[in-house]
Amino acid sequence: MNTRIYVLKFPKEVIDQPIICHLVKKFDIEFNILKATILLQQEGVMVIEFIGHAANIKKGITYLKDLGVKVQSMAGNISRDEEKCYQCGACTGVCPTGALSLTRPEMAVPFAEDKCTACGLCVAVCPARAMTVSLNGNLDLAA
Amino acid sequence: MSAFKVEKSYEEINAKIRSGEAVVVTAEEMVSIVKEHGPVGAARKVDVVTTGTFSPMCSSGAFINFGHANPTIKALKAWLNDVPAYAGLAAVDIYIGATEPPEDDPLNKVFPGEFRYGGGHVIEDLVAGKKVVLRCTAYGTDCYPGKQLEKEVTLSDLPYALLTNPRNCYQNYNCAINLSERTIYCYMGTLKAHGKNATYCSAGELSPLMNDPLYKTIGLGTRIFLGGGIGYVTWHGTQHNPKALRSDNGTTRRPAGTIMVQGDLKKMSSRWLKGVSMQGYGSSLAVGIGVPIPILNEEMAAYTGVSDDEIFTQIVDYSYDYSHGVARNYGEVSYAQLKSGRIEINGKQVPTAPLSSVVRAREIAETLKGWIEQRDFLIEKPVQTLPTE
Repeated sequence: MNTRIYVLKFPKEVIDQPIICHLVKKFDIEFNILKATILLQQEGVMVIEFIGHAANIKKGITYLKDLGVKVQSMAGNISRDEEKCYQCGACTGVCPTGALSLTRPEMAVPFAEDKCTACGLCVAVCPARAMTVSLNGNLDLAA
Repeated sequence: MSAFKVEKSYEEINAKIRSGEAVVVTAEEMVSIVKEHGPVGAARKVDVVTTGTFSPMCSSGAFINFGHANPTIKALKAWLNDVPAYAGLAAVDIYIGATEPPEDDPLNKVFPGEFRYGGGHVIEDLVAGKKVVLRCTAYGTDCYPGKQLEKEVTLSDLPYALLTNPRNCYQNYNCAINLSERTIYCYMGTLKAHGKNATYCSAGELSPLMNDPLYKTIGLGTRIFLGGGIGYVTWHGTQHNPKALRSDNGTTRRPAGTIMVQGDLKKMSSRWLKGVSMQGYGSSLAVGIGVPIPILNEEMAAYTGVSDDEIFTQIVDYSYDYSHGVARNYGEVSYAQLKSGRIEINGKQVPTAPLSSVVRAREIAETLKGWIEQRDFLIEKPVQTLPTE
């Protein structure tokens, strides 16, 4: 079983259609919606976790793309400015998934992008303001 | 008759540094050396122990002289990137403080405020070589007729810039929790309600004043690593409290000693002076400091051999007790426990998060060690050590 987090961008033509439920029916993919919103231009943006066999997830993504939904891996939407980050670890106190955690005994703070759900809690907590979460180029959406 | 089995003078240690023979180790490395060889053996082996700390340090700032313009001006008010600087010193001398917000900052009007920019960020920008807008107003005098000044300046344009931090390098600090019903935002970070998390802020066994807990080698004139350059301890810091409760090993179990430090801002680096934003609280400056401890005798070896499991601090509630001056704590924990990521408070496991960067503290101690090994940095005997009472 694979678990992957994606950002889906729905064109305004399809935002009123049931789509995600078909991933269960047709491809046996379990999902967990982490964030969903509709922007001013009537595009939908969703952060979603897929759990299923790799081949099924691949088919599901092809299905989404055929409907005009843009599919991006979550990792590309989160970044840490390594110049700004000074590895204090304040973020580890709020990160709910362990994407930001301390290594011991070094006390370094690596960022495991694949575990990040883009909740955005680290953004305001970071004293150096090193974390940026951007969905669809919209910073406010993530904060 | 000396009470010590090993005795080395500052002159002897500096002679060894000059000849490249000095043995220099970091405070982390010293822990196992003292465990293995004992204080006397360690004192024979090691000449200097380097320490380090890197974390937000309020009570930081810089004196700047911006030079005379034509026509001359005697600044009444001054701003750097819209952050007010204190101008009540002389015609063109100002002081920019780390926690000063820009005049148009929304502060905590929408709580918790973000405090994205402030005096600490101005200092970081200057050190990074960025252009900063200097603006002044004045009432005009016969000798200083100018009434307005606005120009872009860089650090290299400024005739004089001296980092002057009246209180840095706290010897120990509280572990913070929040026992109220709502999340609080304070200088110790974001604290969840009902004591669900704890934060702490010390480099522990790497921390400068923890390695010379009774200030036997640190005082006025001690040469240090400051902000990536060389600085000096120039006085004890504000709120210096040497009478705080101590363990048998001399380390304090409460916030205690502090130092005032100064150094040429022009020689520093933005890697070691970082503007910080504490949500709901304000801006500040993260400062990198490293103090070398000369191992004059076995007593200093024993002090510098202290490890995280031998240094303790108190757990304090920041929702009510701290803000109302209630002297109460919820137990004591060691830095080994704090760094493990989990402590026990009232029988419950609570996750911990640091605000002080151990990675950077270690890098400072290593850098200072390198400077001394390369004979670039000698140990200065303080003119007067920090007060112990």
